[in-house]
Amino acid sequence: MTDFPWLTTLALIPLAGSVVVGALPAARELLAKQLALAISLVALGVTIAMALQFDANAEGQFQFTELHEWIPQFGVSYSVGVDGIALVLIGLATVLTPICILASWHDVDGSRRSVNSYFALLLVLETMMIGVFAATDVFLFYILFEAMLVPMYFIIGSYGGAQRSYAAVKFLLYSLFGGLLMLAAVIGLFVVSDGGPRAFLFENLLNLSIDPTTEKFLFLGFFIAFAIKAPLWPVHTWLPDAAAEAPPGGAVLLVGVLDKVGTFGMLRFCLPLFPDASRWAAPVVITLSVIGIVYGALLAIGQSDIKRLIAYTSISHFGFIAMGIFAMTTQAQSGSTLYMFNHGFSTAALFLIAGFLISRRGSRLIQDYGGVQRIAPVLAGTFLVAGLSSLALPGLSSFVSEFLVLVGTFTRYEAAAIIATGGIILASLYILLMYQRTMTGEPNEEIRKLPDLTSREVWVVAPLLAVIIGLGFYPKPLLDVINPAIERTMQQIGQEDPKPVVPVAEGTGK
Amino acid sequence: MNPMNYVYLSALLFSIGAAGVLLRRNAIVVFMCVELMLNATNLAFVAFARMQGNLDGQVIAFFVMVVAAAEVVIGLAIIVTIFRTRRSASVDSANLLKY
Amino acid sequence: MPTILAAETTQAADATGVFALSWLLIALPLLGAAVLLLGGRRTDKFGHLLGTAMPFAAFVIGVVQFVAMLGRDPENRTFSQHLYTWLPVGSFQVDAGLLVDQLSMCFVLLITGVGTLIHIYSIGYMEHDPDRRRFFGYLNLFIAAMLLLVLADSYLLLYVGWEGVGLASYLLIGFWSYVPEYAAAAKKAFVANRVGDFGLSIAIMIMFAQFGSVSFDGVFAGADGASEGALTAIGLMLLLAACGKSAQFPLQSWLGDAMAGPTPVSALIHAATMVTAGVYLIVRSAPVFNGAPDAQLVVVIVGAITLIFGAIVGTAKDDIKKALAASTMSQIGYMMLAAGLGPIGYAFAIFHLLTHGFFKAGMFLGAGSVMHGMNNQVEMRRFGGISSVMKITWITFGLGWLAIIGVPPFSGFWSKDKIIEAAFVGEGWRPWVFGGAALIGAGVTAFYMTRLFLMTFHGERRWTDDVHPHESPKIMTIPLMVLAIGSAALGLILGPTNALVHWLEPVTGAHGEEAPVLSVPVLTGLTLLLIAVGVAWAYSLYVRQPVPEVAPAGSVLTRAARRDLYQDAVNESLLMRPGQYLTRFLVWFDNRVVDGAVNGLAALLGGTSGRFRRLQTGFVRSYALSMFLGAALLVGAMLLVRL
Repeated sequence: MTDFPWLTTLALIPLAGSVVVGALPAARELLAKQLALAISLVALGVTIAMALQFDANAEGQFQFTELHEWIPQFGVSYSVGVDGIALVLIGLATVLTPICILASWHDVDGSRRSVNSYFALLLVLETMMIGVFAATDVFLFYILFEAMLVPMYFIIGSYGGAQRSYAAVKFLLYSLFGGLLMLAAVIGLFVVSDGGPRAFLFENLLNLSIDPTTEKFLFLGFFIAFAIKAPLWPVHTWLPDAAAEAPPGGAVLLVGVLDKVGTFGMLRFCLPLFPDASRWAAPVVITLSVIGIVYGALLAIGQSDIKRLIAYTSISHFGFIAMGIFAMTTQAQSGSTLYMFNHGFSTAALFLIAGFLISRRGSRLIQDYGGVQRIAPVLAGTFLVAGLSSLALPGLSSFVSEFLVLVGTFTRYEAAAIIATGGIILASLYILLMYQRTMTGEPNEEIRKLPDLTSREVWVVAPLLAVIIGLGFYPKPLLDVINPAIERTMQQIGQEDPKPVVPVAEGTGK
Repeated sequence: MNPMNYVYLSALLFSIGAAGVLLRRNAIVVFMCVELMLNATNLAFVAFARMQGNLDGQVIAFFVMVVAAAEVVIGLAIIVTIFRTRRSASVDSANLLKY
Repeated sequence: MPTILAAETTQAADATGVFALSWLLIALPLLGAAVLLLGGRRTDKFGHLLGTAMPFAAFVIGVVQFVAMLGRDPENRTFSQHLYTWLPVGSFQVDAGLLVDQLSMCFVLLITGVGTLIHIYSIGYMEHDPDRRRFFGYLNLFIAAMLLLVLADSYLLLYVGWEGVGLASYLLIGFWSYVPEYAAAAKKAFVANRVGDFGLSIAIMIMFAQFGSVSFDGVFAGADGASEGALTAIGLMLLLAACGKSAQFPLQSWLGDAMAGPTPVSALIHAATMVTAGVYLIVRSAPVFNGAPDAQLVVVIVGAITLIFGAIVGTAKDDIKKALAASTMSQIGYMMLAAGLGPIGYAFAIFHLLTHGFFKAGMFLGAGSVMHGMNNQVEMRRFGGISSVMKITWITFGLGWLAIIGVPPFSGFWSKDKIIEAAFVGEGWRPWVFGGAALIGAGVTAFYMTRLFLMTFHGERRWTDDVHPHESPKIMTIPLMVLAIGSAALGLILGPTNALVHWLEPVTGAHGEEAPVLSVPVLTGLTLLLIAVGVAWAYSLYVRQPVPEVAPAGSVLTRAARRDLYQDAVNESLLMRPGQYLTRFLVWFDNRVVDGAVNGLAALLGGTSGRFRRLQTGFVRSYALSMFLGAALLVGAMLLVRL
């Protein structure tokens, strides 16, 4: 079974499904939805089957590899494979897609555009997300990185809120600008590579001897593209617009998975391919990340729109992820990888529950709410748990990752870690202020009419919260998969963890 | 006769054609002026071929004639269609090339 | 300087027998919380019973463990239980493990014992609340988190319990969150606690950077070899954490507002257990603080300031619960002060913590009983003369009152007197300042607690017309009686025999006998004299003279104390307002400057293309003209080049 093309199969399932769903007659909306859900569940099942065969401690870096010639003249090949980091993120994509499909059940009903196409687009997006995490050929990665924009552009532009075309164009232009720089860097990489029909293979690009100045420029080309995607301060302004205007399901996939491609790219490509340039840039990146953490949190406090608020919290969280990656310690990078996964879930929960709330009341403004807790206790309770996960309450999954990032950063950059820790105070403010303003107090007439969560919505939220709580207390299965991959990355960039000042022999293990 | 006279004639015809294209409003007249310019170049090609003593210019003149014939077919059809829909063949009545 | 005999690092034995059940202590209340919170309305009928049974079961396990521990040598009373590997990343290895020793045992018994009594009381107190089940769910969640806090064997796991109790406190303060002020109070408590948690996070990070370990074993083993600077940094950060959780200066302002929660919550969380977690943290981290005298000094200063601060605020409050809250703050100030004194004070800090847990919980529940009979009024100026109608409440509250002001032979006398004595030990200015603060605090405590007691239970009846006070049902008075017995007798059992000091010695370290700068009988005499003065003064003001139903304007100090010495005003002008301005400015900045730059670029490009577009008029002849001009230009250029 090891020769079975797991990843290609996994990527093709949603693609084939999207063709079928898109081809269904417009009147068969329900069938299209059910079919889309079923297909995404099949993809989830295949992912689980694949993950069970994954051997975290295997010799080679990548598993489930496939390699076919594609454009040998330019050194491009179709090459896929996963390490622990990619596997975890593919898992994130395939878990969130069915949840988003179920959550979006009625979101686009009555839209001017075809309902079937919306679900078909979600499935296309799933294919792209799987492909981009699985690609081990830099050119293939680039193509999927750009192609991913297309379905997202239509999801925002066709099914979004009032400002949808502005948001969609802004998202597209920002991303294309980054993509252009990356294309230049990709071409530059080909020039400095060894050439040959497999020049763009990841392992063939490691350990190139590149002129330091060239290396810095190539690094910047990749890094800026990823920084826009992630997004890091100060190239973040597309995210609040895009996330606020996109339908909730699309917003979850955008912030929860798509943006992770940026931080994933930093960890997978920027660091191992350009280790010297990465070390050169690390202080700047960490400074930007810390600014992003505090800035995103402060802006979240000042928002009056629920979805924009959640988007700004994500900017703060992406600061943590980028900081952990560039701190270059085992703890920080493992924490960042875990953070990518956990953030996907906590943001998904926040966006989806906020989406349920907004669809009931028809307003995104915080001031239009208040007292929901008395009327819809389940909605309020789940919203609180999702919020607590966003503020990284110990015992919930995001605490584990946030603390790993902080502790790993502290051993190398103390001041950055201390300022970033201040972010946890701001996090409690933005979440609890939002909760206080929307859920507590005496409900007004409009709020009294709101129904509590339906059973479909409970089914959407329950798995998210279960993962959030479960991983908070027992993150070991994921960490076991991530750790070997991170240790390999650390070797590739030639970094070692700082040693403790007063090492304690006993008491660490046990 | 000095073959250069043919070239002068060609330049004169070309100028008349160009002035006609720029100054006349009626599409048909503009079209005829374009034809005049094409034929002026034909005359120049043939004259140069004669002066240089090779056939290249004459061959090109045939190409131009073929293109001109094809152009007449399509151009007249367009003009007739525009006239039918807009009841006018004036080139200034519509900025058709915008958008 | 006191001679410090470093605590022998007793090797923890693997938990066997009854100690292997330690995880159940946490799991049982957690199960209760899960059933009650996830079960929804289905569990309404039996929710309160299940909710009470869980901490009681934990209490039984605790007692059995305590008895088993008594049967062993003092050196072999430490047990560790490894549950599972929690966070394995490179050299950062954190296990989920429990540590049961003499110190955590004290807390287990206090939390589950007092906790069970308060659960029982709540069955009656919350009887008419439609959300009683949810209330018990939160209480169980609190008990589980608090037990995790005291049983954790590493700072990181302690952190989980630490924020867990913060969450439970948030949920319970905001239990009636449909009242906007209560919701705001809950948020305030959580945010203030988060400021403290910031300190705990940093402390843990320094520990990992210094020692490569965050378990108690690892940190304490490394503390010997660490530099004083590192230990001071860790100590100060732990103190910040303790200040947040224990409402110590300067993070004290949330505790008064936290009285928004139902009264049993105030008794359990904001008097007996959670707010004392800061003291636990400092006593538990004794090896760190022993190596950092500067940090210890700051702990003592914070304790001294808070004990005076709380006492002053307590004298002016007319809200019975807020007066008790101020008193809690002040009493925890005593514990902090003791904990900061080092090995000489650790045991007394815990001693006072235990006795305080009993008498303060008893008084809060008593106050709840009074409120129960007085239509939930809290204004003491409308009480008075209740002693005749609520006899049990009056007597039990009276015992608590005698205990807290330190009248011998009640509990508070034994524990507080020891702290005052310990504060007077030392050289130079310190014993006089800190001992003096503790001594004056005792006098003020006697004044405000007597004022509270007399205004509520004695004097003439100043009731509003619609109240008809009555004694509370048995289910509420029985816990009161048990707590009152504890308030009266606990000190007598543990104090004169020094039982607790010896019991805790393996954890906190022993210390040599040292004489205070004033002799012990003189100190005791002075303390009792001050207490007598305080009581007499309160009697002359609130019994001999009629109590006005509307508070008089009062002196400058009274007005300041009523407003909590302007702590909220200070926080508002120093933190909240600038913060609001900053966020507003940043929102503007992000929209106009950061996003403005992007949109400006887009507008510039769009504008330029708009200009260029004008050239395309769509008229055939203008195109033709430009073509001719272009061709002419080309020809001209070619001719020029040729020439």
